[in-house]
Amino acid sequence: MPVREPVLTEKMPTLTINGMTVDVPQGTSILNAAKDVGVEIPHYCYHPKLSIAGNCRMCLVEVEKFPKLQTACSTVVSDGMVVRTDTEKVRKAVTGVLELMLIHHPIDCPICDQAGECGLQNYYMKFGLHKSRYDLEDKVHKKKVQDIGGQIVLDAERCILCSRCVRFLDEVTGTRELNFFNRGDHSEISIFPGRPLDNDYTGNLADICPVGALTSKDFRFKCRVWFLKAFDSICTGCSKGCNVDAHHKGDILYRLKPRWNDAVNQAWMCDFGRLTYKAMNEARLLTPFVREGGARKVAPWGSLLPDVAFRLKSAADKGGTDRVAVIASPQSSNEELYLLRRLATELLGTKNLAFTYRVAGDGFADDFLIRADKNPNARGAQLLGIPDGAAFDALVSRIADGGIDALLVFGNGIGALSEEETAALLAKVPFVAQVGTNEGPVSKAATAVLPSASVAERAGTFTNHAGRVQRFRFGFPARGKAKNPIEILVSLGNRLGAGWTFAGEASVFKAIAETETPFTGMSYDSIGMFGQEIAK
Amino acid sequence: MTIGVKKVARPREMSFSESLYLVEIVKGLGVTMGHMLSNIVRQEGIKTIEYPEVRRVMPPRFRGRHRLMKREDGTPRCVACYCCATACPAKCITIVAGESPDPGVEKYPVRFDIDMLRCVFCGMCVEACPCDAIRMDTGWFTPPDDTREKLIFTIDTLLEK
Repeated sequence: MPVREPVLTEKMPTLTINGMTVDVPQGTSILNAAKDVGVEIPHYCYHPKLSIAGNCRMCLVEVEKFPKLQTACSTVVSDGMVVRTDTEKVRKAVTGVLELMLIHHPIDCPICDQAGECGLQNYYMKFGLHKSRYDLEDKVHKKKVQDIGGQIVLDAERCILCSRCVRFLDEVTGTRELNFFNRGDHSEISIFPGRPLDNDYTGNLADICPVGALTSKDFRFKCRVWFLKAFDSICTGCSKGCNVDAHHKGDILYRLKPRWNDAVNQAWMCDFGRLTYKAMNEARLLTPFVREGGARKVAPWGSLLPDVAFRLKSAADKGGTDRVAVIASPQSSNEELYLLRRLATELLGTKNLAFTYRVAGDGFADDFLIRADKNPNARGAQLLGIPDGAAFDALVSRIADGGIDALLVFGNGIGALSEEETAALLAKVPFVAQVGTNEGPVSKAATAVLPSASVAERAGTFTNHAGRVQRFRFGFPARGKAKNPIEILVSLGNRLGAGWTFAGEASVFKAIAETETPFTGMSYDSIGMFGQEIAK
Repeated sequence: MTIGVKKVARPREMSFSESLYLVEIVKGLGVTMGHMLSNIVRQEGIKTIEYPEVRRVMPPRFRGRHRLMKREDGTPRCVACYCCATACPAKCITIVAGESPDPGVEKYPVRFDIDMLRCVFCGMCVEACPCDAIRMDTGWFTPPDDTREKLIFTIDTLLEK
């Protein structure tokens, strides 16, 4: 791409932007230097994670001694440069460029999902506010509502030809499905005939498209973006631990968008991960219940928790501690796994504690973001000393042999076991208590079901495959009668005689940082927005 | 600066005849009788109307119950942009958008409910509508009903008028 080669000198160049002087590293563009001093330069085609195209012409600025206006995104600063973005000449040029882009725009904001987060709307209000000089009848019409595969709907009419999508598919996925076709007014982006989008990162196209040309098929017409609120979360789709912004309205999640973290997912996330929010909306376990003679009977928390604690304790007292077992879940946070491990080993005194990262379905992986391990916190469970692999297989065969009288299961399924296999396995155990978020094989067979808050409804930390501890935040109160698993574990633990005074995930993490070697010295503050690697 | 003191007129004391009330009652009855007699003589001057057989004509800009407009082909003009629901200060409009089978329309309201019990008849929805799809020009109030559910007007009710 045509970027002017900077003349390298030792010194950091000093330049003046709108009268403010700033030192920036060699090779910085004017656009980024301006960002440093808080001057906003409008842009469409520039994206920090993609190559520089310089074709939208929105970022024109005036540079002293240059005869013409320069594009701020592709002009590298040099020492003594004097840049102005607030002159009449710049203003006129930017407004002109915007008017040119809007000439053939259909202005169908009422039916456009991008409305509210649209680059054209935002910059029109800031730099445009002009009356259209082009008659509606004269506009060039292009094909709307094109399903181009993946998670994307293309509306060629709304496109401003910034080429972000083309560069993304060229440089990030390397699949090159989109390109420009035709010339002049009739230029449009499109797929090649019969070759739809075929990669696992199509959802990002909707994110990087500054206008409504590429929108999400999944989010289409679901909700207006100005109703949505966002909170920081972590994708639970695999062990990569992509940072996400979860968008919700009330207690319904509508979409996940990648949150920038250069150490993990940069600015992207995969299509599977994007759809993981659905499990937090649908088929949720919302009321605690017990199963009596095959029928579900709603049980209040007040009586269910003591009951579960009593059944676990009495099984351990009667048949010995090796008649009690606990299956942990790599979907749980570090805090929950820590409490669960202490509950199993210290309070129940059993060695039958294990987890598995195996899940039903394929372990599809690639060399970018998708990992074969489809759980967010298998690494955390390992680091907290919960055995897996052979220990899990041994525990399952022990259950199958009828060697367990009381079982506490975390998670909605047991490993990769099917519904029938799970039912057959759990039928061997007289008492099965489950803490889970969704209807699944376990909730259909468990004796007592304790509904748990979803990732959006609680907070904590996950440890990703690389040992990076990352926080996910509380979004909204738990739906129905679901409870935070930490609350459930503390309540069960105290009924088993623990005397825990943990209140919330922060106090549990403090205890982890004090006693668990891999997490030594960590705190929620040190983890911060972008996570922290465990000490090697 | 001192605080200004404003003199307020106090109610004057009643005179002796007023404190007896009797004279005042007779005066009041006189007014009533006067109206009754004048209504018997000139019936066209009667202020009350025989509702609901007779209805008052509302001024042209009266904001009454809503209606949704139709296109020429009978489909709702509304494109489910949520502008009215966003502008509504009473949060009484519920819209669920759907994909229209007509590609020229794209988006249409699957559900469009107005909770008439919550509506404050401010007219913001009409102001906000970019398609002139919602109007409050029916010239009439929300008719009373006996359950709350019946007063949540659905898209079919709103399209009728």
